Amino acid sequence: MINALDTKTNDVAGKKLAHDSAVLHVTGKAQYIDDLPEPAHMLHAAVVTSPHAHARILSINARQAVEEYGAAAVITAKDIPGHNEAGPILHGEPALAEEIADYCGCPVAVVVAQNHQRAVEIARQVQVEYEILKPVLSLEDAIASQNYVAAPQRMQRGDADAAIKAAPVHLKGSLDIGGQDHFYLETHIAIAEPLENDTWHILTSSQHPTEVQKHVAMALGVPQAAVTAEVRRMGGGFGGKESQPTIIAIIAAIAALKTGCPVKLRLNRDDDMIVTGKRHDFYVAWEAGVTEQGEILGLKAQLAARGGNVADLTPSVMARALCHLNNCYFIPDFDALGLNLKTNTVSNTAFRGFGGPQGMIAGEAIIDAIARKLGMDRDEIRAHNYFSPARGLMSPYGQPIDDFIADRLMEKLHVDADIAQRSAGIAAFNAMSRTRKRALATAPVMFGISFNMPSLNQGGALVHVYTDGSILVNHGGTEMGQGLYTKVAQIVAEALGNPLNAVVPSSTRTDKVPNTSATAASSGSDLNGAAALKAATEIRARMTQVAAAEWNVPADSITFRHGKVRSGNHVMKFGELARLCWLRRVSLSAEGFYTTPGVTWDAQTMQGSPFYYFAYGAAASEVEIDLLTGENRVLRTDVIHDCGASLNPAIDRGQIEGGFVQGMGWLTMEELVWDAEGRLRTHAPSTYKIPGSRDAPADFRVHILEDAPNRKETVFRSKAVGEPPLMLAISVWLAIRDAVAAAAGHDAALQLHAPATPERVLAALAAGAGHKV
Amino acid sequence: MTETYKSPIRFLLNGVETVALNPAPDLTILEWLRNHRRLTGTKEGCAEGDCGACTVAIGEEVDGHLRFRAINACIAMAAQLHGKMLVTVEGLAQGKHLHPVQSAMVEHHASQCGFCTPGFVMSLFARFHDQAPPELEEIHDTLAGNLCRCTGYRPITDAAVQALAGERADSFTSQAEHCIVKLAIFNAPPDSVKSADGETFLPQRRAQLNALLKQHPQAVLLAGGTDLGLDVTKRSKRWPLVVSLQNVEELKTIAADDRTLRIGASATYSDILPYFARFGESAVTLLRRLGSTQIRNLGTMGGNIANASPIGDTPPLLLALGATLHIDGVNGERTIAIEDCFTGYRKTALAAGEYIAAIEIPYPQDGEFFYTEKISRRFDQDISAVCGAFWLRLENGLIADARIAYGGMAARPERAAHAEKALARAPFSAHSFEAAARALTQDFKPISDFRASANYRMITAQNLLRRLSMISGAHAGDAA
Repeated sequence: MINALDTKTNDVAGKKLAHDSAVLHVTGKAQYIDDLPEPAHMLHAAVVTSPHAHARILSINARQAVEEYGAAAVITAKDIPGHNEAGPILHGEPALAEEIADYCGCPVAVVVAQNHQRAVEIARQVQVEYEILKPVLSLEDAIASQNYVAAPQRMQRGDADAAIKAAPVHLKGSLDIGGQDHFYLETHIAIAEPLENDTWHILTSSQHPTEVQKHVAMALGVPQAAVTAEVRRMGGGFGGKESQPTIIAIIAAIAALKTGCPVKLRLNRDDDMIVTGKRHDFYVAWEAGVTEQGEILGLKAQLAARGGNVADLTPSVMARALCHLNNCYFIPDFDALGLNLKTNTVSNTAFRGFGGPQGMIAGEAIIDAIARKLGMDRDEIRAHNYFSPARGLMSPYGQPIDDFIADRLMEKLHVDADIAQRSAGIAAFNAMSRTRKRALATAPVMFGISFNMPSLNQGGALVHVYTDGSILVNHGGTEMGQGLYTKVAQIVAEALGNPLNAVVPSSTRTDKVPNTSATAASSGSDLNGAAALKAATEIRARMTQVAAAEWNVPADSITFRHGKVRSGNHVMKFGELARLCWLRRVSLSAEGFYTTPGVTWDAQTMQGSPFYYFAYGAAASEVEIDLLTGENRVLRTDVIHDCGASLNPAIDRGQIEGGFVQGMGWLTMEELVWDAEGRLRTHAPSTYKIPGSRDAPADFRVHILEDAPNRKETVFRSKAVGEPPLMLAISVWLAIRDAVAAAAGHDAALQLHAPATPERVLAALAAGAGHKV
Repeated sequence: MTETYKSPIRFLLNGVETVALNPAPDLTILEWLRNHRRLTGTKEGCAEGDCGACTVAIGEEVDGHLRFRAINACIAMAAQLHGKMLVTVEGLAQGKHLHPVQSAMVEHHASQCGFCTPGFVMSLFARFHDQAPPELEEIHDTLAGNLCRCTGYRPITDAAVQALAGERADSFTSQAEHCIVKLAIFNAPPDSVKSADGETFLPQRRAQLNALLKQHPQAVLLAGGTDLGLDVTKRSKRWPLVVSLQNVEELKTIAADDRTLRIGASATYSDILPYFARFGESAVTLLRRLGSTQIRNLGTMGGNIANASPIGDTPPLLLALGATLHIDGVNGERTIAIEDCFTGYRKTALAAGEYIAAIEIPYPQDGEFFYTEKISRRFDQDISAVCGAFWLRLENGLIADARIAYGGMAARPERAAHAEKALARAPFSAHSFEAAARALTQDFKPISDFRASANYRMITAQNLLRRLSMISGAHAGDAA
């Protein structure tokens, strides 16, 4: 058990401390993989990709690339001595295409050359002969032909059909939900370096080094113990570097195997966006039966997700989408079917929220439709449907809800954000304005924390104390900017009674902490922080024994604070005690291992208690739309977010704001466009627009809920914060719908799907009856 | 080899005199920094000047002062660095002492993954050295060319407000005179820089330029390179022969009187901006939204015209205002009207070996009204779906004359003849603009692509005429 849980002094944990690499970031000294000095004789790889969405590979002219263009080597699937396998869940997902290229951008070969530029040039010239096959490109076609990457999943409670039939009010609707590119600033990269005796060192920009290690070992046909995967930091991940880096690392490793030299594969931006997966786009169709007050009695829904060419993580993404369709609401009779569709487009993958955002926005669209149909306020409909002792405290997947606070957050938000008065002001503005309309909308968020699959909920850490009192911490989590290294260092410093600068974080390596889970599902600090706390607590206990013996005092009289160890009048520097432990031959190193208690999930029945707890939030956003062009902007956003007892309010605020703006991008300007041949046309920032500084809410008021320690025994009662805030941006999308309604009526608003690009806003306005500027 | 050593590119790199030996014509500053000098603080995020992770500052002496401009190192060429200061993120801190911009970023928790951070730091560093006030709109103008995917920008904006609010003094201001002296010691740029992979010519006079073009009519003419640079970074094109326009002083001259603005074709957008106020607020807004600060610090209107993109931001404005182009080169000097310049998709009336020397734009006079607006998915640093520009001359309640031009509606930027006809000699009323909006369907058959559908383009193009009607006061006329 974590005995230090509630005993923190708040000397270090809970403080607004800077990111451990902040000074390195601003001085340009933080090293990413492409910045590291290159080993001698390093070669560079570039991928040859399929220009067709579905084609049989007839021949690849490697000889010409080598003999005429000067490539050091050309690699194809045939060069892989072990398994050509990158599938994180299912099998049969090759890193390099074998006979069939099944999306535009699918890597079919790899060119290795003296430098990056040359490799890219040659890769463009490699002659590949294809026999073109018929692709499946649209979700409609995939649904019609029951083309799946994984079996459909169904979550059911009660009899939704009967409940809907018996209900006084019926509604149905559908929602298109766009995908999203991660657009981490650092593109995918790996360096594979062959070492002696068939052992390997892989530098990978990965959220999941263990998976890189495992798959590279399988591809090379060597034991996992012969491969070390390492990552110090990523230039952003957002889920895009959970499963995808295995593909990059396998290719680099096979190229290194073939050439005998270290090989770097760095995807340039266009290749990165074309070759690797994104957030799943969904099509949701639903039917609901409600009371005249808007209480949901029964809901039936079909969630269709674009899996792409292979499953990757799609079934897990779907599980989370289904678990979040109900958001904060008790829905007695519930029947949701998830379709994991196979299309000849790039395989979609993890992205912050992992299906949760798609499920939740569909749920909020249902609430919105009910409100518009009944002519009631959305928040009133919500209040009728929240989980409550009276209505029900059981999720549709059978998890008891015992920490519900969304209703309380929303009430607080209404007061803090002055919603009633501002709404009146907006109505007055709209009455005066012919070409612009404003609206203010709220959204609650209830997000389940833990990997849906119970086995993944484990974390490991390794803590060393050296004889000068300095502390090295290593853990299975990866740093992608979210501040995990800082939080874990804070936890260890707190546990050992040291200032933060006594703790040195070290890069994540599979030879230090093995068999780790991905840093994903917002779980980084819950799992790895708890493991590090256990390790540090273990060392502290041993050191306490040594001090107690030295001073001949009871162990429980000894305190560790500010780098000093004390008992009564006895005092020693932490480093002195460390040296004493060494003299006494007491180990100053400990591993910590943590598993989340009590989580269960049956993937067959889609039932269980997969989440250790829920993280909550509420947001109110005010937007303005231009009726002539559909352009829109966010004027003000207020957020109240639940971080439990925050480990670092500065870092948590960064996650809330960053997640919100990323979610806003997903729901407003970010649009992936494929052409009729299945080619992605938006594959660089010139064509794929993520929010810029002016797009963030002009007035952005973010509050971390105070005095709200986690009821569950997490590290110092904190809560995970990586993903939940992204969904607060649903408030922006609903506000845009409201602004459309202000100009063109409720029917027009319901025509607005996601993302609410200027074009879609204008189309929705045009759909409104009698709308005229 | 000895011959090429006569003409190295000399400049100050973070204050230290540095020589770039024989840079290839298409060697970018970013690649030179990262791969030749192993200064890896400057990052590649997109290699097309859109994300800003590669931002560096270029320092030059202007009227006795050091002026710094943020630019995108990914699409700027090393051969154009001669005689300048190049400041990278590694050059700001003095030992452990952070630059005010850097310490503000740390204090405000403005970095998360840190990959975009050096670019933000450099954009703010350049802003730190100009006199612009630390107002939010200016700060957004400064940061529009830098993308961050982690923070949501609020802490970066706060850091900017703090860093720019105080006294703007740093080691660069205290050493400014010293640097100016150092820069003055550099000779004029060499006439050309040769490398194994090609040659860059750096003429300083028009006569020199004209002679070079006679000799090498097929050479790549490089001004800012904000569009052309992508040939290298995105399309794997190599440039064996480049003629840089950047050092030809006569091409940078800007002259304005009450009636006309005359812009040397290689003056940058940033240089032009102050002269745009007389075209009205909409024209200033258009230019502020064109690319980003980094792009405007390199890009030129001459380049925008010469690449003849159907979605360039300035051609509709030039067409509506009735600009004139002064062309020079192998065929001698000539003058053409802007509407005779665009002959087709990415085609102009310029012959090989010809270049645009200057652009002359009439300022609107009494009784004339000008308005322009671009429509894009994002306000800043986005390419238009549609860009409209409108010039009206009013006389006694009538529209005496109208010029209407659009980008994004056809294979080239074009005037809308039918819409113009509908307005010409029509009453200045909303009704007339409605007629013009209807006529627009005869002028254009726009295409659908990933930026917008044909339908959206047509509707918004028509709506811009309705906006024009409202803001020009035609609606008020109706009501009265």
